[in-house]
Amino acid sequence: MSSSGIARGVARGLRRVGGGTVETITRLGFASRFFIAVLYHTPGAFRRLRLTLREIYFSGVLSLVIILVSGLFVGMVLALQGVEVLERYGAQESLGIVVALSLVRELGPVVAGLLFASRAGSAVTAEIGLMKATEQIAAMEMMAVDPLARVVAPRFWGGVVSMPLLAALFSTLGVFGAYLVGVKLIGIDAGAFWGNMQAAVDFRRDIVNGVIKSVVFGMIVALIAVFEGYDAKPTAEGVSTATTRTVVGSSLMILAADFVLTVFMFRGVGL
Amino acid sequence: MNRATIDLWVGIFVTIGIAALIFLSLKVGNLLTTTNAPGYRLEARFDNVGGLKPRAPVKAAGVVVGRVESIRLDPKTYEGVVTMRINEGFNFSKDTIASVLTSGLLGEVYINLDAGGDPAMLGNGATIAKTQSAVIIEKLIGQFLFEKAAEGANK
Amino acid sequence: MKKTRPARPDVPFDARREIAVQLSDVSFGYDRRRPVLKSIDMTIPRGKVVAIMGGSGCGKTTILRLIGGQLRPQSGKVLVAGQSVPDLDRDGLYALRRRVGMLFQFGALFTDLSVFENVAFPLREHTELPEDMVRDLVLMKLNAVGLRGTAALKPSELSGGMARRVALARATALDPMLVMYDEPFAGLDPISLGVVGQLIRRMNDALGITSVVVTHDVYESLKIVDYLYFVSEGRIVAAGTPDEVRRSQDPFVRQFVDAEPDGPVPFHYAARPLAEELSRVI
Repeated sequence: MSSSGIARGVARGLRRVGGGTVETITRLGFASRFFIAVLYHTPGAFRRLRLTLREIYFSGVLSLVIILVSGLFVGMVLALQGVEVLERYGAQESLGIVVALSLVRELGPVVAGLLFASRAGSAVTAEIGLMKATEQIAAMEMMAVDPLARVVAPRFWGGVVSMPLLAALFSTLGVFGAYLVGVKLIGIDAGAFWGNMQAAVDFRRDIVNGVIKSVVFGMIVALIAVFEGYDAKPTAEGVSTATTRTVVGSSLMILAADFVLTVFMFRGVGL
Repeated sequence: MNRATIDLWVGIFVTIGIAALIFLSLKVGNLLTTTNAPGYRLEARFDNVGGLKPRAPVKAAGVVVGRVESIRLDPKTYEGVVTMRINEGFNFSKDTIASVLTSGLLGEVYINLDAGGDPAMLGNGATIAKTQSAVIIEKLIGQFLFEKAAEGANK
Repeated sequence: MKKTRPARPDVPFDARREIAVQLSDVSFGYDRRRPVLKSIDMTIPRGKVVAIMGGSGCGKTTILRLIGGQLRPQSGKVLVAGQSVPDLDRDGLYALRRRVGMLFQFGALFTDLSVFENVAFPLREHTELPEDMVRDLVLMKLNAVGLRGTAALKPSELSGGMARRVALARATALDPMLVMYDEPFAGLDPISLGVVGQLIRRMNDALGITSVVVTHDVYESLKIVDYLYFVSEGRIVAAGTPDEVRRSQDPFVRQFVDAEPDGPVPFHYAARPLAEELSRVI
């Protein structure tokens, strides 16, 4: 290949990267304006309390099964693995501490967030995307009803309200699962299990921070879900791409946000 | 799916969610055991506080009676100054001994208070006179080796 | 629970004007470089049913969006009842859309609401009427389209024609001054076609409204409309009353009305001559 051919190929590649970056930044700007518009319509969402309750049902209640079952299994596996390692130092009695701190600080908010993104986030994206494709959003606009207030904001707040509750339930079921495996199955002393746990888990430091994390993750998932749905191309491929983007994007953002929050919360920087 | 059913399920969901949070706070965490109960402050000075951290428990006879509030270095005497918050209802005599102990081999570091016989009690802001610093393993080993070496030399 | 809404200023729409909708020299393109509409002039008198016809993708739906204020023309004026639509602010647009009903292709009913709730939607959102009045109005509107018995059904349980009629009831719920129809005849069986066509005409005359129908169904349109515009490649190529159209010798109109596969709108998509393509040595 001639040198001018290589140069042209490189130029083309750079142009694509540049175009892609510009497109991403434009999209980010659009998403930010969207977020502010959704927040602006929040009073409308709570005036239509019926709608928001319905969305809490669809996002939260319908995710209960997967959250509860996953929490239980995660807790049980944590107990199994934890005991195996702690036995080497004769510190099985600390199992409660290990399980509780892992769940409340990290696994509860993060895993519940990832599951929530896959189940509820993709459902919301698909719903809004399909509404857009079948012109229901346009019809609403033409009837002088702002779809952001009536369709988007209730789904956003439904997600934000559901997430902390789901994360708390995940952690609770996890602790219970660890109790079943550690105390009932393996035979660790129940008193030591609960007592050591209570002494080590601090309300302000661990539980409150865990709740803050789950609220932040809920906002991330809810925002990405409604945005991708609203921005989807009105075709079958468009909706499918949008749901994929919701799940992948939310998951990555949750993990990144988890890192940032953990640095601030648990390394003594700031909060 | 009519409205009444949805409302019912949302109500159940929110209730069990909040119940889970309460469970975590009380049974898993230490919400009630360390409330801002009324109490008073005591100070103690140590040559070495060891691995003592803020919010470490203060125990007497193994029972938690308070928490460590803050630890700082006195720039003049190079002592570690520990400020403790003792819960209301526990009074310690003026000749109480405060020592830095470790619960178990790998356990957490805490302050132990041994009350004496003095009828006069420590008031708010008082300083405990007698203290015993933390045991540093390296110094112990060094001391042990030194004694062993001295023993061998004397023979 | 009584909802209080902030008072909205009333924009002066003169519904008694002779000209309901006027487009003057309107040009528009979704992409600046490719105009979809070029210099469109259209006059729609009050109380008439006017059809906008043309092949697929020629810009008919775009005209409806311009009238409804969803799009801004790049040049020209769009007037509805004397008000310039692109110049309206948010409140003005809101007031406009309360007076204009739109029937979307395939209905666009809200799938999470029942038929009754769909028709009640504009009433509940824009008026403070008590529930029993809303109920009566909804049932009357459904009765006008002959679907009062479906009030409890969900849109997914309706056939295409029925969904279209429910959407018509919803579009006329607030007794608008102008109703726009986007392909109301698309995909319907012959009976439903007749029903929808008759409803459009009878609603228009009974409610004293103006109707704009975008369609490519020549047969049904000629039966019910007062005037037709033909749009091709972004321009108006012909216009007239149904009689004038039937008698017209304009090649485009003739191809459309007689459903000829080839004519001013070519059969073949632009390509090289067949002989040249076949004889190419690969």
